[in-house]
Amino acid sequence: MEFFQQFAPPHPSPAIYASMVAIVLTTVAIFGGLTYFKKWGYLWREWLTTVDHKRIGIMYLIAALLMLFRGFVDALMMRAQLAMPDNQLLDAQHYNEIFTTHGVVMILFMAMPFIIAIMNYIVPLQIGARDVAFPRLNALSFWLFFSGAMLFNISFVIGGSPDAGWTSYFPLASNEFSQHVGTNYYMFSLQIAGLGTLISGINFATTILKMRAPGMTLMKMPMFTWSSFITNIIIVFAFPVLTVALAMGSMDRIFGTNFFTTADGGMDMLWANLFWIWGHPEVYILILPAFGLYSEIISTFARRNLYGYKSMVASMVVICLLSFVVWAHHFYTMGQGAFANSIFSITTMAIAVPTGVKIFNWLFTLWKGKITITVPMLYSMLFIPIFTIGGVTGVMLGMSAADYQYHNTMFLVAHFHLVIIPGVMFALLAGLTFYWPKMFGFMLNERIGKWAAWLLAIGTCVAFFPMFISGLDGQARRMYTYSEATGFGIWNMISFVGALAIGVAFLLIAYNIYYSTRYASRDISADPWDARTLEWSTHTPVPVYNFAVVPQVNSDQAFWDAKKHGHVLFKDGYKDIHMPNNSGLPIIMAGIFFVWGFSFVFSLWLPAIVTTIAIFACMAYQSFEKDDGYHIHVDTIEKTERKLGGHKQ
Amino acid sequence: MRKMKWAILLAFFTITSILTGCEPLTVLDPKGPQAERLAGDIILSMWIMLGVVVAVFVILIYMLVKYRASNQSDDYEPPHIEGNAIVEAICVGVPALIVIFLSVVTVQSNYIVESPVEVYEDKEPLVIYASSSNWKWHFSYPEQDIETVNYLYVPTNRPLEFKLYSHGPITSFWIPQLGGQKYAMADMTTTLHLGADVPGEYLGRNANFSGEGFAKNTFSVKAMNEDEFDEWVEEVKTTAEPLTEDTFNELLEPGHLGQLTFTGTHLSFSPPPLSHGSHNDKHEDEQGASDEQDVQDEHEHGHHE
Repeated sequence: MEFFQQFAPPHPSPAIYASMVAIVLTTVAIFGGLTYFKKWGYLWREWLTTVDHKRIGIMYLIAALLMLFRGFVDALMMRAQLAMPDNQLLDAQHYNEIFTTHGVVMILFMAMPFIIAIMNYIVPLQIGARDVAFPRLNALSFWLFFSGAMLFNISFVIGGSPDAGWTSYFPLASNEFSQHVGTNYYMFSLQIAGLGTLISGINFATTILKMRAPGMTLMKMPMFTWSSFITNIIIVFAFPVLTVALAMGSMDRIFGTNFFTTADGGMDMLWANLFWIWGHPEVYILILPAFGLYSEIISTFARRNLYGYKSMVASMVVICLLSFVVWAHHFYTMGQGAFANSIFSITTMAIAVPTGVKIFNWLFTLWKGKITITVPMLYSMLFIPIFTIGGVTGVMLGMSAADYQYHNTMFLVAHFHLVIIPGVMFALLAGLTFYWPKMFGFMLNERIGKWAAWLLAIGTCVAFFPMFISGLDGQARRMYTYSEATGFGIWNMISFVGALAIGVAFLLIAYNIYYSTRYASRDISADPWDARTLEWSTHTPVPVYNFAVVPQVNSDQAFWDAKKHGHVLFKDGYKDIHMPNNSGLPIIMAGIFFVWGFSFVFSLWLPAIVTTIAIFACMAYQSFEKDDGYHIHVDTIEKTERKLGGHKQ
Repeated sequence: MRKMKWAILLAFFTITSILTGCEPLTVLDPKGPQAERLAGDIILSMWIMLGVVVAVFVILIYMLVKYRASNQSDDYEPPHIEGNAIVEAICVGVPALIVIFLSVVTVQSNYIVESPVEVYEDKEPLVIYASSSNWKWHFSYPEQDIETVNYLYVPTNRPLEFKLYSHGPITSFWIPQLGGQKYAMADMTTTLHLGADVPGEYLGRNANFSGEGFAKNTFSVKAMNEDEFDEWVEEVKTTAEPLTEDTFNELLEPGHLGQLTFTGTHLSFSPPPLSHGSHNDKHEDEQGASDEQDVQDEHEHGHHE
């Protein structure tokens, strides 16, 4: 009995028991359904073992949408708790676990996979490639992310969720002050998912450098590919820092080392430094692909080429470099002195310059254009004003002396939500709507989509603008309650109403997917938006080999030039296409990683040792396995192409 | 310049007062020179940023109205425009100028808030050790040789020098109306310079999340003129119990406490960690002579008697 006690949640509540029941029922339903309809074989052959970047992208997308639901429910609970002074809905411990998981889930298990989903689906198509550079590693990336996400998500029903904030500052996150296993989950699930992301970063940087279609020089790459490239470079440099920090933190918690504790020479600020050396670039890992998506969308619906292509690229390179030299602005108030604060203040504010360049370039892309407001365009146009407000408050926070008054307050919370939501969330939803026809072969309903976009934008403003005021009035972040005398009540109530509006917007988006799946026309062309780049030049649905003939490119909007200026994309005839084989190894390895992480969380040494050996065994097996892939022959290509509506020549 | 700043301050106060039902927002209602400097910076940056926001909004609305498809003939084909060196120079130049201006302001403010308050005619700063434990604040006055828990009396018009550290997780010491916050950590002592020029009661709190009792980790601050402060000190000395090591260790237990007062300070038997730059070295006997000197300097106030 004693053995099982450690798995009980430390602060059980009816909500947690209800969640347990829901998880069990859902799992039973999924397994039962798959067995009943005899879909296990199909699922295993077509999805679980796939190495096709398009399918991996769609799996990332499904996972991201699930995590969006989870993260938003957390947000709604927080806003509900704070809506009234002295509210009793949640207790302190529960609230602490919720804001911690909200932060981790939204950044690492929602925004990241959502971005990687679109990257996975679009980048190879946009550069005219047939797959990524290392298809099997790509599958491993996904399954590692998924395994980490699931490990994190079971925490609240088994053993307890992390409660030290998504930043997990030590010594609060040490065994001394955070005694249940929650923070162990944080350490190991982020470690596993982070490895997946790092592998993805290497994979995509290589793909973009080595697999572009003939003629696509670096300065002819579409802007989303450029932004993905810069992003993956940042991943490759930033994620190893997280890996090391998490390893040190895990050792502190599991093996009693003292890297970040306050005893025996440990340094708590070392964690803060390592965390933010990864964490600040992470912000740009999220936002740069979003900027890339906006560039594609705005240029498509303004019917114009992107204004200032070169300065767009230059600004991203500058942002990439600056993103690594601003991390200490997250702790201006740690007593690092006026000089260090001045340096970090200047580098931080300097980021406003390249970001401003991007905003103005988008505005000038509209200039002399022919603007149609579709749903993706609506998101982009709503993004610009809200993001600008979030951005300029970022400059205000960058002023280190003034930050002594903003730090750790709701002002900061308002700022970063007003940057991340329009910057990343809107872009992802815009990208989802934009690329939906390419992924699934039908359009999402425009009318429902516009309602959702407007509601989301208004909800975001209503939810987060009041926080500027309550922050300046002295409301610290992460307070689970406050007294009526503080006067914060009214602002938090308005925020709650805004959060509800965001919830309705999400429901509308979900309804839109359902509605369009049922009623939308399947009779759409491969290029329903009249777009400009290569991903729209192949069939919808995209055949497994992407392009029957490798395209030849001579501008940054090759497909547009092919449509308007008679440039020929597909010059050669069909040839046999070499494709990689599916593999079960990635999902098996990720499963072993899951058990490995779980064993360490609870210090179960026997399974920990066994799974560690198993991981290395998998790697050894993989390196000795002989797998030459397979060929799709010309007659199969011809047949497929004919079925999909004729040759793309 | 100062006059204009005040005019802007006043304008902003009016707007925010209307917004909040006649109560100015705490941070923008400074009661000391440091807080005033920060409020000035905040309002200055708000106006500049408002300009940026308005510019973006105007351009966006103009573009959307002028170049929407329904406003144009069907056969209109937008031109191919690569970009323009002059336009792009302006897009880089103007934000760069704004950033340079704000950098100058910020660097000046950095040095001001990191040094003792100047306006009080070279008065010696009053040193107070403010340490946090889960979830309380301990204030040691080495000069007066008294200690309080969860409340703070300070004299007006005298520089205040807070020495911050923590007996547990990282906390952040913040009295918004007297100035900005700073971290209190277990392995080093940080210094925060504040000042009060208006007598009154202000709210102070820990602003950095520190676990379960964080929300109620607050303290009250009372600023009074120097005579009243001295009277209070005398009163404490005659009425309060002395602080023993055992009592102090009991106080460190996690939980909330009301306001307590003691004579003597915990600095004598539980010295604070060293200042920034030489933290972690609690084993004084293992250190070289120069470090010992540091320790001496650091605990000078602690060994007042």
